[in-house]
Amino acid sequence: MSFLPKPKLHHPKLPVNALGFTRRDYEGAISTLCAGCGHDSISAAIIQAVFELEIEPHCVAKLSGIGCSSKTPDYFLGASHGFNSVHGRMPSVLTGANLANRDLIYLGVSGDGDSASIGFGQFAHSIRRGVNMTYIVENNGVYGLTKGQFSATSDKGSKAKKGTVNTDEAIDLIGIALQLGATYVARSFSGDKAQLVPLIKGALRHPGPAFIDCISPCVAFNNHEGSTKSYDFVREHNEAMNFLDVFPGRSAITAEYAPGEVREVEQHDGSVLRLRKLHAEYDPTDRIGAMNHLHERKAAGEIVTGLLYIDPEPQDLHANLGTVETPLNRLEDAALVPGKAALEKLNAALR
Amino acid sequence: MTPTDISNPDTFHKVVDCQWACPAHTPVPEYIRLIAAGRYSDAYMINWHSNVFPGVLGRTCDRPCEPACRRGRVEEEPVAICRLKRVAADNKEDIAARLPPIPAVRNGKRIACVGAGPASLTVARDLAPLGYEVHVFDGEKKGGGFIRSQIPRFRLPESVIDEEVGYITERGGVTTHFGQRVESLRALLDAGYDAVFVGSGAPRGRELDVPGRKEAAANIHIGIDWLSSVSFGHIESIGKRVIVLGGGNTAMDCCRSARRLGGEQVTVVVRSGFEEMKASPWEKEDAMNEGIPILNYLVPKQVLHEGGRLTGMVFEKVKAERDAKGRRQLVPTGEPDVVIEADDVLVAIGQENAFPWIERDLGLEFDRWGLPVLNEATFQSTVPNVFFGGDAAFGPKNIIWAVAHGHEAAVSIDRFCRGLDVGERPPPHVVMSSQKMGIHEWSYDSGVSLDLRFKVPHAEHEVALRDIRTEVELGYDRELAYKEAQRCLNCDVQTVFTTSLCIECDACVDICPVDCITFTENGEEQELRERLRVPALNLEQGLYVQDGLKTGRVMAKDEDVCLHCGMCAERCPTGAWDMQKFFLETAKPYAGRVAACQAQ
Repeated sequence: MSFLPKPKLHHPKLPVNALGFTRRDYEGAISTLCAGCGHDSISAAIIQAVFELEIEPHCVAKLSGIGCSSKTPDYFLGASHGFNSVHGRMPSVLTGANLANRDLIYLGVSGDGDSASIGFGQFAHSIRRGVNMTYIVENNGVYGLTKGQFSATSDKGSKAKKGTVNTDEAIDLIGIALQLGATYVARSFSGDKAQLVPLIKGALRHPGPAFIDCISPCVAFNNHEGSTKSYDFVREHNEAMNFLDVFPGRSAITAEYAPGEVREVEQHDGSVLRLRKLHAEYDPTDRIGAMNHLHERKAAGEIVTGLLYIDPEPQDLHANLGTVETPLNRLEDAALVPGKAALEKLNAALR
Repeated sequence: MTPTDISNPDTFHKVVDCQWACPAHTPVPEYIRLIAAGRYSDAYMINWHSNVFPGVLGRTCDRPCEPACRRGRVEEEPVAICRLKRVAADNKEDIAARLPPIPAVRNGKRIACVGAGPASLTVARDLAPLGYEVHVFDGEKKGGGFIRSQIPRFRLPESVIDEEVGYITERGGVTTHFGQRVESLRALLDAGYDAVFVGSGAPRGRELDVPGRKEAAANIHIGIDWLSSVSFGHIESIGKRVIVLGGGNTAMDCCRSARRLGGEQVTVVVRSGFEEMKASPWEKEDAMNEGIPILNYLVPKQVLHEGGRLTGMVFEKVKAERDAKGRRQLVPTGEPDVVIEADDVLVAIGQENAFPWIERDLGLEFDRWGLPVLNEATFQSTVPNVFFGGDAAFGPKNIIWAVAHGHEAAVSIDRFCRGLDVGERPPPHVVMSSQKMGIHEWSYDSGVSLDLRFKVPHAEHEVALRDIRTEVELGYDRELAYKEAQRCLNCDVQTVFTTSLCIECDACVDICPVDCITFTENGEEQELRERLRVPALNLEQGLYVQDGLKTGRVMAKDEDVCLHCGMCAERCPTGAWDMQKFFLETAKPYAGRVAACQAQ
């Protein structure tokens, strides 16, 4: 960690977005994580994505649980809403917040311990319910805060820093998310911002449960020979399915591609996700196909990354419940207390 | 791009913008840190070795370092480098014991220096510690040259000149022949000196050639001559209405001096535009703050006089236009002439070199501008044992250039006298040292101050204008000096990258507050510059490129606006980045050969 804050001075030619903010304006406090932590790169990617999407900071709520990953919301979007919840309970708090105010953009940040162990059930149900959110797991496959025990996402057969071999089966969060109905599912790597930033942008614009499993090497406890979550291992085994470009609207698209190279998905809000395909046969709108492909490639020892599944017509929790358009926290008494006559009418209907 | 060669001293020297811009290459950040640490004497000695006259230059330097200062590119204004130098001089303790010792036994070589200005005195200072017998000749009664005769006392008290000239002339090894103007180079050569250094300056003020000049001669004064008469107390008053012609620093000194000697209505008139004036911006500002208007685009046409007394001047109004070839020219606007009434006129429209005392049959060649033909690196003339420096070499410049010339000429003279090749120049003295003390602890103040430049306190106008000997600038006190010193970005603490240690985790890229660092595919420089996180469009600043990374990419760092905050090194998990202090001192003939008492 650093004692001094990051200097406020920035490059005089740093670009400014439509709101008049530089990327630096989306930063938070200086990180207290270990030097070289992948999580810091993910924080930087989130900052870049929100800057590029020109989102006003007060329109974002960032929520987290406990763990190294869950500390990171302090290090980005310093002017956004934040909630650091109990271990593993971020999904529930996020669901509640989303129910109360559907207008905010919800960003849940979690880790492999927070989401695959103590909060596994919470994670599962928030996805199942279709909460409109971006759920990022900063996945380093190790309990860093408690000095390097295997986590539930450590691959079977991988080695701990002192040489212990993991005998337990790993939880594949991508597989679970696909199975439970996440409508935007991606995997990426903290060391590849060119891939990660657009994936976060796409997730933030996605009007349904968007899940990103981001492999994020733990420099202190899981970046050694025998680890399957080290910088070197991930770089060697990374098999990107596609590269994503996110366009706010159709009119902004200019570049031309040969047919077959590109797949465009228009989202509900008019934004366009353009996938530059690296594997021609891979269809990111085919959920079953995606699940099969993931299992196949995993067996072959590859780490599949990219936008793995997208449902262009997702339905979220609010649609499922049929809530009103106005956020619940903004409903006036008149709407919330319909009066005696209405109550009697309701009671009568139930008799 | 090929990887940057950091073993070449120029690579990191260029990153220290101030030091690179300083003609004498003073290690600026090093002495600024020492000032912040309250080590004024150490800071003074760093300066003294490099620029010889820290107290004088801390008040009068043309400060080429400040426009170069990196701070000016990341914020509004550069660090007040010049005025911090003065703080070191003002607050130092007795440093006499720290000056290089002058050996009692001479080495048998005799050197003559013509003129006792900054160039000659630098030569004398650099050679005396080696046992050379240096003889300095000057027509004036005291040493210092233009430092003493041209710079008004309200900018530079005489005590400062006496002290710093004394460090050279009063310690043995240097014999002064003051009040003795050299009238013949032949005679000097015949006297058997092993080498002669000509540091006689550019002593002739350019003349004004307009009708009425001769008739009103009693009230028209050549600026540099008038200033020196004022300095030596020969002139103590001037008319109430004064016109100063010219836009250089001499003109600024003239008008401000006139203001103190009875001039109530002092006007500066320049031919060209205000922006094109040669005077330093701060000198123009100081003059204007003393109620002196600067009128531009007025060309002198005629001097008005009545019964042998000057009554004013007529000026033609002009404007700047580009001719067919794109050259800038001043053409009359056709508007009526401007008449300015005056009692006296000071002419400060330039200086010229004059060498009436150098016989033209000695084999010493002059070019068509009347300047000696010199080797630009060695300052050797076409007579092998005659060297030039200062304004006498390449025409009028300023003190710091004269000092820089003096150092180089001293190296040349030393090599010449030892029978070595003068053209072979000794390399600078360079030391690189890691500043790492702990995981996130550095032996320099890595925090970046957000303070804007602090103003130097000035004396009240009423007090300042009453007496020409009252120094206008009061200098920073210690507290202000500390704050101003903290604005320095420590550009000499270099970011040094070791490829083999890098794991490409992006931590440095993410933390860098000014987006200097990019990991990307290699390419040609121009194209690579465009691809950086923020395109590196300032071509005067280098890229630091290292290859050999596992992914095949290169690390490319744009040096332009690096804050040297050390964050990259602090966030690097493997120590691939290190902050290393780069200390460079140009070669001095005495360095390494006498027990120099440095702060290092």
